[in-house]
Amino acid sequence: MTTSDTSTETLTAWDRVQLARNVQRPHTLDMVRGLCEHFVELHGDRRFGDDAAIVGGMATLQGRTVMIVGHQKGRNARENVQRHFGMPRPEGYRKALRLFRHAEKFGFPLLCFIDTPGADPERESEERGQANAIAECIMAMTNLRVPIIATVIGEGGSGGALAIGVADRMLMMENAIYSVISPEGCASILWRDAAKAPDAARAMRITAADVHELGIADAVIAEPAGGAHTDIAAAVESAALVIREHLEQLTGDEIATTLACRYQKYRAIGRFHERQQALLGVQAGEPLPFVV
Amino acid sequence: MKEFFRRNKKSFAPVQREGESQIPDNLWAKCPACRELIYQKQLTDSLKVCPKCSHHLRLVPHEWLGLLDHGSFVEHDADLWPADPLGFVSPKEAYADKLRLTQEKLGQADAVISGLGTIDGRRLALAICDFSFIGGSMGSVYGEKMTRAAERAAELELPLLTINGSGGARMQEGVISLMQMAKISMALTRLAAVQQPHIALLVDPCFGGVLASYPSVADIIIAEPGANIGFAGSRVVSQTIGGKMPAKHQTAEYMFEHGFVDMVTPRADLRATLSRLLTLYGAQTNAGLPRLDARLIEQEVRAGG
Repeated sequence: MTTSDTSTETLTAWDRVQLARNVQRPHTLDMVRGLCEHFVELHGDRRFGDDAAIVGGMATLQGRTVMIVGHQKGRNARENVQRHFGMPRPEGYRKALRLFRHAEKFGFPLLCFIDTPGADPERESEERGQANAIAECIMAMTNLRVPIIATVIGEGGSGGALAIGVADRMLMMENAIYSVISPEGCASILWRDAAKAPDAARAMRITAADVHELGIADAVIAEPAGGAHTDIAAAVESAALVIREHLEQLTGDEIATTLACRYQKYRAIGRFHERQQALLGVQAGEPLPFVV
Repeated sequence: MKEFFRRNKKSFAPVQREGESQIPDNLWAKCPACRELIYQKQLTDSLKVCPKCSHHLRLVPHEWLGLLDHGSFVEHDADLWPADPLGFVSPKEAYADKLRLTQEKLGQADAVISGLGTIDGRRLALAICDFSFIGGSMGSVYGEKMTRAAERAAELELPLLTINGSGGARMQEGVISLMQMAKISMALTRLAAVQQPHIALLVDPCFGGVLASYPSVADIIIAEPGANIGFAGSRVVSQTIGGKMPAKHQTAEYMFEHGFVDMVTPRADLRATLSRLLTLYGAQTNAGLPRLDARLIEQEVRAGG
């Protein structure tokens, strides 16, 4: 873990959720401006439309062309309506998919920035194949022949986040969260009470520190005291340092090595017991060893 | 306790005429859709399709094995046992307790059963979700079993059939369960690399993180008539069974109209459809090959297929 700021160490999981959702945090386009040069934004999925909840395009970083794809939230009500609160529709994911393929074709490393409450759940999105669009993105990323770095900069909301989040390196900003379902959703389903969201946030272990401890985030990026929104430039610079370092490592490897490591990285996620172990040599009440 | 851990071989044998169906052990059953009383034998003979309204009742994995040639199923990975990776605490019921109670009730470890079998003598690997086990939710065991099923299919160059009825990812395993979507997709790239098909059957209900990953990118996607299938609202739907009806736009027929599934196939035609597909893909037959026995298969895998 990168240095952690002591002033925010006592925050609860629910406090982190509020910070992760703060509209003044750096969003994808802030990251791009601070991290890269010569950004050219690309639009449209070539099938249906252009979704402003996902932005993408090419830029240079350390003298190398990279492809950027990220969720984009707004800073105010008007922007958020335009950006649909960072909740992509299928055309957003199909734009992402097109840019993944573009990156692969030209050998541009892929940098993804995750910041979404989740994929858009409305009827129109179902109609245009939201599940299929997300599944296609995940599938494409599993063996995309360029290095991929995904950074959760705010909210990592379930499948809508993972759709652009299968990567060789998974980084998280210190106050970012990554969750299988929103704390409110979890609380209302398990306990029929959305007001218990703070309990759900804690139980699901969604903070950057937790996700890092679970072995899913590779590194946590320190934020300025008080959170990234208090000093966007400093937050972006902090992220840039870590991203550059990992990009440097990844571009030094053969792509075959990168793909083999990517397979192993995801292959190893999951914790369970093999039943023989449960029967042999472990006393009742003793915690079972994990098979990872 | 030891008795409980012992695997009951009998319960995994393909059962076509009998079995521990959810229907009470008497002569009559009631269709949950049309409320009609059905003669029990008639229901089991049709793999639980209502003869009056054609409603497809939910099947548990061992009932699905009726699709296979009798006696051909060999189970794998039955030893995988769920953990509680987050130490998930809940004011109502801790995850560890929920697991234990469900295991005791259903007599199985988690929500997927996987193995190898044949249809009309053609070999395939298969993995079947069990919606009755915590909504068929996808946790670590689910992910690992699907992954191993795909890897084994790739290794043995067999087609893979997945039968998917799930509410989505398992909240109690947090982000680890979300990552199973990526893990299973990874394994399927190996199947693709050896040019073996993944056939996904979508059954009632199929939602959330499961639908939004491997089944939606299968080579062939078959849905059951009337099945509720959709991206959003999975758990809400599963939590309100018998209450509010799911949205009209989340059905097999709607998915078919919008081009997201290849076919909507009644259960009565499923075996024949699968058989024809396996033939078209040139799936291996039993002729000249050793019996599908667990030990032999493991040897084949170790010897590099």
